Amino acid sequence: MSAPPASPSKRILTKGNEAICLGAVAAGCRHYYGYPITPQNDIPEYMAAHLPELGGTFLQAESEVATINFILGTSASGKRVMTSSSGPGISLMQEGLSYMAGSELPAVIVNISRSGPGLGGIAPSQGDYFQAVKGGGHGGYRLIVLAPHSVQEMYTLTMLAFDLADKYRTPAMILGDAIVGQMKEPFVASPYDPASTVEKPWALTGCAGRERRNVKSLHLKDNAIEVHNWKLYEKYERIRKDEARAESYMLDGATIAIVAFGTAARVSKTAIQWARKEGIAAGMLRPITLFPFPGREVFELARKVDVLLVIEMNTGQMVEDVRQCTPLHDRIAFLGKPCAMPTPEEILERIRQLAGRKG
Amino acid sequence: MSAPAKVGFPKAVYTRPESLVDVKSHFCPGCHHGTIHKIVAECIDRYGLREKTIGVACVGCAVFLYDYIDVDVVESPHGRAPAVATGVKRAQPDKFVFTYQGDGDLAAIGTSEIIHAANRGENLTVVFVNNTTYGMTGGQMAPTTMLGQKTSTTPYGRDFRSDGYPIRMAELLAGLEGTAYSARVAVSTPAQIRKAKESVRKAFEMQINGMGLSIVEFLSTCPTNWGMKPLDAQKRVLGEMSEYFPLGVFKERKQADFA
Repeated sequence: MSAPPASPSKRILTKGNEAICLGAVAAGCRHYYGYPITPQNDIPEYMAAHLPELGGTFLQAESEVATINFILGTSASGKRVMTSSSGPGISLMQEGLSYMAGSELPAVIVNISRSGPGLGGIAPSQGDYFQAVKGGGHGGYRLIVLAPHSVQEMYTLTMLAFDLADKYRTPAMILGDAIVGQMKEPFVASPYDPASTVEKPWALTGCAGRERRNVKSLHLKDNAIEVHNWKLYEKYERIRKDEARAESYMLDGATIAIVAFGTAARVSKTAIQWARKEGIAAGMLRPITLFPFPGREVFELARKVDVLLVIEMNTGQMVEDVRQCTPLHDRIAFLGKPCAMPTPEEILERIRQLAGRKG
Repeated sequence: MSAPAKVGFPKAVYTRPESLVDVKSHFCPGCHHGTIHKIVAECIDRYGLREKTIGVACVGCAVFLYDYIDVDVVESPHGRAPAVATGVKRAQPDKFVFTYQGDGDLAAIGTSEIIHAANRGENLTVVFVNNTTYGMTGGQMAPTTMLGQKTSTTPYGRDFRSDGYPIRMAELLAGLEGTAYSARVAVSTPAQIRKAKESVRKAFEMQINGMGLSIVEFLSTCPTNWGMKPLDAQKRVLGEMSEYFPLGVFKERKQADFA
């Protein structure tokens, strides 16, 4: 495994999972806790090898339940902290994630998702979309969810996740899958440029020279919990308004627009290039943030094209959010492949069908 | 006539600990949380730790730690206090970190977290309050509920054939390599309170000296859920509870494994 990049803008050939580690380290994360699960073990292995030499902490927990609570404690200390897991492990972290959302604690949670439900399998999947973007744990909250589709983005979006988590005092999730995690490609390890420097006047560091502080999610007095929930709601509304990100890919003059994220979007790019060569005006809107969902872009796009083709590596989860963004439901088509990557050929075939042509 | 001799007040020998917030207690009459809080606060004062302490509160009655102890406190999910404390201590090794946990928290839902924190030798101090029942949720069976004890979920009395046996955590944790100090104390008599304070002091010193995880188990009362008058609750602690959960020190490390 390569060491953390020493020189600025170094070009590196590496795996997506390792790019996440490089991004985290570049963003100043020196604390990582985790528990092994396929297909993300490169991440704890990298952190175990490199964080000690950087003066940081790697600790393998006894469970994902413990992991997320190590994270809670280190985050409450005001430090940047990360964990990574895969679907079944993320499920075990939901309790802690709910507490962290309620306690307004930032952290980066990586889900290199696998097939489910249950033990499922280790094949890549996007079956954790609901869990990631609808909260997952109890009580009603949101995670900021970023969906990289390349090794480059595994690096840059991890840095962004730390910034957004700190800015809004809330956990942020990187939602990848086995393919984007395991594939190798060159990327530019540009130096970390913080979006904003965030003070943490809430951090628990011992009450020297100040009043004692509490980090908590329990609100028993009068209507305190209602007030707290409205505060969280307003925060999530600010995130919706200011942080939605999407890539427009070959949408000029498009009549068929794919909506896909992560690996599904990656594969779709090939199919779109093939379709364009055949004279079919295909393009794509790729949500980079899944929460906040780029709803305005979907709304505008639906008015312009004949078909929105939603492609997911599940039986249909994000397609529900797409439907919510536009009243033009007759323009929405879906191609899903649970627990497997759709091939460019399969996607092209569907594009041809929707364009009214035969292959 | 000469003026009468001035009557001076004797020097104060007993004051409110600096680390104890000056508020009225909301706990039930006869509950031991107040006494245990005071012992913890006195020990924080003794070692001058108030400004470098981070407490970890769990759920249940013990969560209100932050209303009484004048230090930074983070709240943890049910049972997870040793894991949260691990995250705090690993991030801030120079701080003093303690958890404050009830029996449902530490001996039921959080057994995994306490056993592994102890086994790692996390340099933490655990204050464990064992009142043989779930207080805040209304007196259900705890893992420490005595055989024959009636609770709202053992209405006919705890029966080992269906409910298992009361678990002795201080002895269990003493068996782990990473545990530096494990003791069980009670606070039902002034003499016991003095001994309990000595144990908490010892547990604090273990962390200060980097010896590993230290735990003090308190036998405590819950008169409300036991359906007893406070004085009868004290008698129960001194009687059947102390018989099954013997007071004493079960482990005391003399030196750390690492220099």
